[in-house]
Amino acid sequence: MLEALKPYKEKLPKKILAELDEKLEKISSQTRQKKIIEAVYEQYNNAKVEAGESVGLVSAESIGEPGTQMTLNTFHFAGVSEMNVTVGLPRIIEILDGRVNPKTPMMEIYLNKPFNKGEDIKKLALAIKETKLVDVTKEFQVNIVESVIEIVLDKEKMKELAITDNTVIKGLTKNLKGFAIKHKGNVIMLKYRGKEEAINEIYKAKEAIKTVFVKGIKGIKQVLPVKRGEEFIIVTAGSNFKDILELEEVDETRTVTNNIDEVGSVLGIEAARQTIINEVNKVIENQGLNVDSRHVMLVADTMCVAGELKGITRYGVVNEKASVLARASFETPIKHIINAALVGEVDYLTSVVENVMLNQPVPVGTGLPGLVTKIK
Amino acid sequence: MSDETQHFIYKQVKSIEFALFSPKVVKKMASAKVVTPELYDKEGYPVDGGLMDIRLGVIDPGLKCKTCGSKLKECIGHFGYIELARPVIHIKFMDIILAMLRCTCKECSRILIPKNKVDKFISKFAEVEKELGLEGRRRAVREAITAMKSVNKCPHCNAKQQKILLEKPSTVMENEKRLSPIEIRTRLEKIPDEDVAIFGYSPKHMRPEWVVLTVLPIPPVTMRPSITLESGERSEDDLTHKLGDIVRINQRLFENINAGAPEIIIEDLWDLLQYHVTTFFDNEVAQLPPARHRSGQPLKTICERIKSKEGRIRHNLAGKRTNFSARTVISPDPMLDLNEVGVPLVIATKLTIPERVTEWNKEYLKAFIKNGAKNYPGANYLVRPDGKKKKVTDETKEQLLEEVLPGYIVERHLMDGDIAIFNRQPSLHRMSMMCHKVKVLPGRTFRLNPAVCAPYNADFDGDEMNLHVPQTEESRAEAETLMMVQTQVISPRYGLSIIGCTQDAISGNYILTKSLEMGRQDAIDILISAGITNLSKLPRKEKLNGLEIFSVLLPDDFNFVGKSRSGALVVIKEGKLTEGVLDTANLGEGEGLLLRNLHKKYGEEKSIEILGNFFRLGIKILLKIGFSTGIADSDLPENARDKIEEELRNADRSVHELIESKERGELETFPGKTIDETLELRILEVLNKTRNQIGNLVAQYANQQSGTSIMATSGARGNPINLAQMAACVGQQAMRGKRIEKGYNKRTLSCFKKGDLGAAQHGFIKYGFRHGLNPAEFFFMGITGRDSLMDTALRTPKSGYLYRRLANAMQDLKVEYDNTVRDASKKIIQFKYGGDQIDVSKSDGGKIDVDQIIETVK
Repeated sequence: MLEALKPYKEKLPKKILAELDEKLEKISSQTRQKKIIEAVYEQYNNAKVEAGESVGLVSAESIGEPGTQMTLNTFHFAGVSEMNVTVGLPRIIEILDGRVNPKTPMMEIYLNKPFNKGEDIKKLALAIKETKLVDVTKEFQVNIVESVIEIVLDKEKMKELAITDNTVIKGLTKNLKGFAIKHKGNVIMLKYRGKEEAINEIYKAKEAIKTVFVKGIKGIKQVLPVKRGEEFIIVTAGSNFKDILELEEVDETRTVTNNIDEVGSVLGIEAARQTIINEVNKVIENQGLNVDSRHVMLVADTMCVAGELKGITRYGVVNEKASVLARASFETPIKHIINAALVGEVDYLTSVVENVMLNQPVPVGTGLPGLVTKIK
Repeated sequence: MSDETQHFIYKQVKSIEFALFSPKVVKKMASAKVVTPELYDKEGYPVDGGLMDIRLGVIDPGLKCKTCGSKLKECIGHFGYIELARPVIHIKFMDIILAMLRCTCKECSRILIPKNKVDKFISKFAEVEKELGLEGRRRAVREAITAMKSVNKCPHCNAKQQKILLEKPSTVMENEKRLSPIEIRTRLEKIPDEDVAIFGYSPKHMRPEWVVLTVLPIPPVTMRPSITLESGERSEDDLTHKLGDIVRINQRLFENINAGAPEIIIEDLWDLLQYHVTTFFDNEVAQLPPARHRSGQPLKTICERIKSKEGRIRHNLAGKRTNFSARTVISPDPMLDLNEVGVPLVIATKLTIPERVTEWNKEYLKAFIKNGAKNYPGANYLVRPDGKKKKVTDETKEQLLEEVLPGYIVERHLMDGDIAIFNRQPSLHRMSMMCHKVKVLPGRTFRLNPAVCAPYNADFDGDEMNLHVPQTEESRAEAETLMMVQTQVISPRYGLSIIGCTQDAISGNYILTKSLEMGRQDAIDILISAGITNLSKLPRKEKLNGLEIFSVLLPDDFNFVGKSRSGALVVIKEGKLTEGVLDTANLGEGEGLLLRNLHKKYGEEKSIEILGNFFRLGIKILLKIGFSTGIADSDLPENARDKIEEELRNADRSVHELIESKERGELETFPGKTIDETLELRILEVLNKTRNQIGNLVAQYANQQSGTSIMATSGARGNPINLAQMAACVGQQAMRGKRIEKGYNKRTLSCFKKGDLGAAQHGFIKYGFRHGLNPAEFFFMGITGRDSLMDTALRTPKSGYLYRRLANAMQDLKVEYDNTVRDASKKIIQFKYGGDQIDVSKSDGGKIDVDQIIETVK
């Protein structure tokens, strides 16, 4: 770091320090360097927030106001029809709700060195993709007389997905109880071992078998290798962050998912917070809107302060409020008032709405400072 | 201070405690016992002991409250009570009653947890409550008891426990036998305080037996006033109706019990009383038919009064109404300053500002009274120091003039330079309410400078706006320093100017700085007409170019380097525009870096003045040279039309080629797609490319001097694609990112062949608006048009709800004196706001512009 910058180490934010450090190097004159730093410091001081500033409401306005300008449509990913992404307003709502299951979970899997060159990327992608029995079969038949389910395998599809008969059988034995498995050419025969008259059971089993998991990683519904810059990555529809990160081919430092809850449970709340910020910013940018990232950060922070993900709903953040009246003014007022009476709750009128209700000055902005005086 | 207009708060509510009313308290706070369902006697006077008893408050003018002795509007009303003949369950506490009955012993009423384990559970339940709330805790208590299998036998007295079921809504069954509210109440009474606390309830505030009502508080008449209809008939409030039912049934029940009527009759009446009390509290209980008016419309009882958007909380408590406000249609007036608002004379004579008479302004204020209420500027009221308000009329004028003394308050008409808050709904951000200086004008509309339309999101197609006049010195001072238009120029959303030149002002300045030259006399004419009087910067030349004229508006020591929309440099040196064309990139809202820099260097006041000058200059330039658009703007030369025709033919051909190659099976499929989807994508690609190419051709060949082109290139309005759509080709109508597919079986309209994938068949509009659309094209356009209308209609309520939730969740976050961001319970949300404490509305697009500082510091 430059000598002239050192006294400001604690006084200026890191980002500005870094920028100054880089840009001042080109300037030789020491006095001018000093002058510039002083000017920056002065401007920074002038730009600081004032105490009492109602930053929460400003952020809510900054995100709520452009909400009216966003689109509702989902956007189709180039290439694969099943891969569409929720964008615009529905996505923002989804994120801020703190939903555990987003409508269109997606991952971007970055790969470690030899794998990201693009050779065998297709194979790798298919290995990740979740394959169910229906995906590799031509037909299912039930032979009632012998109580046998016959499964005709689709060799072509199997080849495409690089699945052998053995993997199918392995998958079946693992996930299916009460059947004897026989394998003959293209056909797998499952003989029911229970009582004979249980035809219903067999039909039920037939439906259950269809979704038997054969290969891949659960939850990854579609895969698409994409070239991103110099390297190849795999974009997936469906997400299983934990299992993907365990694969050795995967670069776990860069791989991301858009499922915030998953990030929270795998990497922790700080990572979840960052994911909220990234995802909201992505939508805002995508819609061509301009919202400062500080507002998004504040929203993400309110959602994450509790140490776990809380949505901006009556069950989430709003439920945590200390004030009965503030909660009651949002939704389900009667429930809140009754519960408050049961425990003898006291509302100390520390936030905004309660004071509005009582016609008192609100304790933000100019309502914050009090005046102390001696009464003679 | 004892005048009416200025109430000083000298007491403040510190906290509000919530609790249940015990029967004792109900009786204690009651000022009357209600015994008869009758309301009025023959003379129409409220009956003593009736529901409209004047001890409960007065709603008739002339009557005096028997309890407090004050008149209508002074007496806030007093509670009464009814002694219920038999206890009745409060429906809102049904689940609590049930939980308590199930978790306590039927004989000894102790909680069904062994003594030695209680302590362990209490801490566990407290944890559950933190996570899941009170209901969660209740459930946890129940689960813990079930898990211990002590449900069947009391660990304290070994009594056998029975299964308790709820027959909705309010009947409790124990082992097929009905538990009457009396039995329930006796059981609840026996629950010791310690055990109540295990459920998480505070026995001090809530004894379980209190939720089985033995007395019912009667709300004061003032909260259920009756209305006198035109016919002189009285129409009672819904609550009074309901209370009448309760009192009536209660009396019947009393009589029957005293007369020793059979048990069945008493039970029936008791159930009826239960029904009436239940619907008195909540008329929307799932299993009960709602109580109705004679007209069949459901009664609005207590719960419905509180609940929902139109309920007491959101409608009356969180939302306030004001006096001293006005609303009318708005219209533009660029000759006003940005921070002015034109107020019609009619409104200015109705809205007033209170001014206190002192020795020094006595004569000044007397002049208003002399003018009376009808002449402007006059005064409407004179307020005496004792709070008496006197209307100024022609008759009272003389007398009032003599009466005026220091200490009186004159409510004078609104005048030029007064402060008013101007607002347009929906008030989505803080710039939707800004403070303006009043300028009284003739006419009947509010006038505002079109440059401030952007923050209000206003236009002049019939929009109406509201004006509020602050009534105290404190509020005026606060509005002026915090809400004035010039303080709101930089948006807190992204840190750039949201107020800028729009539309004609941009076109005008663009034309001026791009190509205009004029004689000195003309230039002075324009500048003067734009309200610019300091012409000292105008060079002493006979012929002036646009840059020189524009420079007159700039401060002498202003330096700026920026880029115009086309990427060309814009250079301002020492207050002289030396190079470049001004367009939206520098003058417009949202981006305008020129404006941002002016604001930073010269402050709010000055920058808003300069912006106003820019705006007026632009408009006056257009007035001088004339500016219009017309069909001729979309004229294209012969060769351009040929080229477009060629382009369209090419498109048609390549679409057909694609279809054929697919049929031949030569088309290469995209990974993960079917052949049909691939074809669809390829066709869409071709058609979009065609439209873009035609767009380029039009941009290239269209008359650059036409109004439409100038507007598009300067960024004032529209874009080159709009021009291309008029002149040459509207292009593909897309729905959900695809060509139009809906309609008949395998085709979009019945005039096409089935399965035809051609361009025109799926919504490609070949020619421009000028040429006209054929019927099929017209339909396709209608489809997309309606789709986008639908999108807007569906989006508004969704985003509105999101906004409400956000605002509710974050309204109490503020920056504390120690620079942390905290919520109302002082929980830290952020240690430094945004990580660096920078206020976006004081920054340059959210940053400190280091480059610019390096540039300027020499």
